[in-house]
Amino acid sequence: MTITSPSSAAPASDVDGPFLQVEDLTVTFPTQDGPVQAVKGLSYSVELGKTLGIVGESGSGKSVSSMAVMGLHDAKSSEITGSIRVGGTEVVGLAESRMRKLRGNSMAMIFQDALAALHPFYRVGDQLAEGYAMHHPKASKRDARRRAIEMLDRVGIPQPDRRVDDFPHQFSGGMRQRAMIAMGLINDPSLLIADEPTTALDVTVQAQILDLLQDLQREFNSAVIIITHDLGVIAEMADDVLVMYAGRCVEFGTTKEILTKPEMPYSWGLLSSIPEVGASTDARLIPIPGNPPSLLKPPSGCSFHPRCAHRGKVPGDLCVTELPELTSASNRAGHLKRCHLPNPQEIYQTEVLPEIAPDLAEETR
Amino acid sequence: MFAYVVKRLLSGVVVLFLISMSVFLLFWYGPSEPAQTICDNDTSNRCTPARLEVFRENLGFNNAWYEEYGTFMKGVVAGREIQFGSTTKFQCDAPCLGYSYRTKAPVFEEMKTRMPATFSVAIGGAFLYLALGIPIGVAAARRRGTLADKALVSSFLVISSIPYYLFALLTWLFLTISWEIPLFAETGYFPITENPAKWFSGMLLAWLALGAFGCTQYTRYARGSMVEVLNEDYIRTAKSKGLTSNSVVYRHGLRAALVPVITIFGIEFGTLLAGTIFTERIFDIDGIGLWALQAVSQRDLPVVSATALFGAAVLIISNIVVDVVYSILDPRVRLS
Repeated sequence: MTITSPSSAAPASDVDGPFLQVEDLTVTFPTQDGPVQAVKGLSYSVELGKTLGIVGESGSGKSVSSMAVMGLHDAKSSEITGSIRVGGTEVVGLAESRMRKLRGNSMAMIFQDALAALHPFYRVGDQLAEGYAMHHPKASKRDARRRAIEMLDRVGIPQPDRRVDDFPHQFSGGMRQRAMIAMGLINDPSLLIADEPTTALDVTVQAQILDLLQDLQREFNSAVIIITHDLGVIAEMADDVLVMYAGRCVEFGTTKEILTKPEMPYSWGLLSSIPEVGASTDARLIPIPGNPPSLLKPPSGCSFHPRCAHRGKVPGDLCVTELPELTSASNRAGHLKRCHLPNPQEIYQTEVLPEIAPDLAEETR
Repeated sequence: MFAYVVKRLLSGVVVLFLISMSVFLLFWYGPSEPAQTICDNDTSNRCTPARLEVFRENLGFNNAWYEEYGTFMKGVVAGREIQFGSTTKFQCDAPCLGYSYRTKAPVFEEMKTRMPATFSVAIGGAFLYLALGIPIGVAAARRRGTLADKALVSSFLVISSIPYYLFALLTWLFLTISWEIPLFAETGYFPITENPAKWFSGMLLAWLALGAFGCTQYTRYARGSMVEVLNEDYIRTAKSKGLTSNSVVYRHGLRAALVPVITIFGIEFGTLLAGTIFTERIFDIDGIGLWALQAVSQRDLPVVSATALFGAAVLIISNIVVDVVYSILDPRVRLS
């Protein structure tokens, strides 16, 4: 920092740059069959007020990396290297007692399937108040309860002063997810990680929950990570998108870039797999062939090569022998991709787009 | 909940009725001659066919079974008069479960004097095995996969593979007979009201045997249940709120993990109360179990049916208690 600002004397708040910075994060689980690298060399950052979307299929490492940020992996059964800085504090290797002070306080996580994620035996209000009381040791029981009611009200639960004493099973699915969000936000965290927050909900409720998250983000100006496999959610919510495959980042860029000019065949596959309301009936849904790779014995070279329809276009055996670097894409700075294809834009425009969205391909031509 | 308990109790009465009838029928059509026992006793083993016939007539064995069963049930509700042989008549007040063929004492009275012994054994033993088993199980679950956990689980598996009667017998043989430890010198039941210290030392070895053996099983139940619960999503949520690990394990984990343990406990405790035959036999405690054992070998029909009914009643009640405890632990359970 070269310019001394008046506020620089205050601790924590003077952190310049992104609130969350992840660098070269690797998460390894030792198993009986050998080590499993669930996340490999992952780097990203999120600024306050911004939303990062992480997409990928099951087992791509999106949840594992976020759990690492929260410090939720059991230290005995996992090995984490690299750096994770939350508001300037390095959390990799941080003592559990200090980690606990951050968890639920300056960072919080919202889980999918709120029915399973809320304790079935405790009242919703008590579960909310518990998190508040933990980080506000001076607050009385009554304060914590009042805060719980306030938060339930804020996330749009009707008659919060009555519903606060309900059990989770007495809530509807959407209300449970709202309560989950209220629980995450009860201590005004600067970082909120939402792990598939809408997966278990029906479509109309999904939209309400996403709206709510956006409102709350504006209000609290927090950094948000939204983990999903639904590109519709990404389009709605995210400023930046990180596409993960087999534990690695395979493409990164602004949401617009990734959705309109993706340069990595796996991202193309994701785009081809979403049905679109109102798309012409000529448009085809093209599933990505094959299954996610085993993390125990990851494929050589590019992890995606066994499923990639375009690897023939790469000269030689490069895809099989060499892992592509994460390099700048052809379009714009800030757009990164991990692929050997020399002319991805051209292939996307001429081969992929006409298949998945013929009318869109017409327009851009 | 009250209506539920009443409903369960009523259906329990039906079950008791059916059990009493089955026990009655088993004896009625069984291969032995109950009248022979009482005749032998009464005549110092000089039972002639003519005398036997008198007893058969008195005890109603010459009537149809349902008539006699009716008499028995009437006795339970209103009391009745019982005659043994040609001379002695007894007035048996309700609830009359009959007079013992062997001791000629009212069965219900004797049951009342024996119950404290059985309750002492069962409650003390159960307290010990829960108090040991659950904390050890939870501790093992928190350290699952470590050497300590594996050593504990396998050594407990070895103990619980030994038949219980052998385990209890060895305990008694070593501690009381071979090593002559003074504390365990005199096992047996001594009324707590007369001498609490003696009651305690008389029971102690039985409690320890039951507790040590039972705790190996409850450790396994509690460990298994806890390991499962600690993998639940709501435990991850509790951690993500920044709670201390003790709060996560005990407040959030243990309450959920107790539910399956309580189911097993309810059934086992009922069995324990209904008569811990081996424990009472080995440690010489005059309880219901020992009584039932003697009654069967002596063809003492009223005592056998009384102990069977007692066992059934205890099981029914402990099942109702388990259901009520369930509904307290888990708010999703509605008793109706």
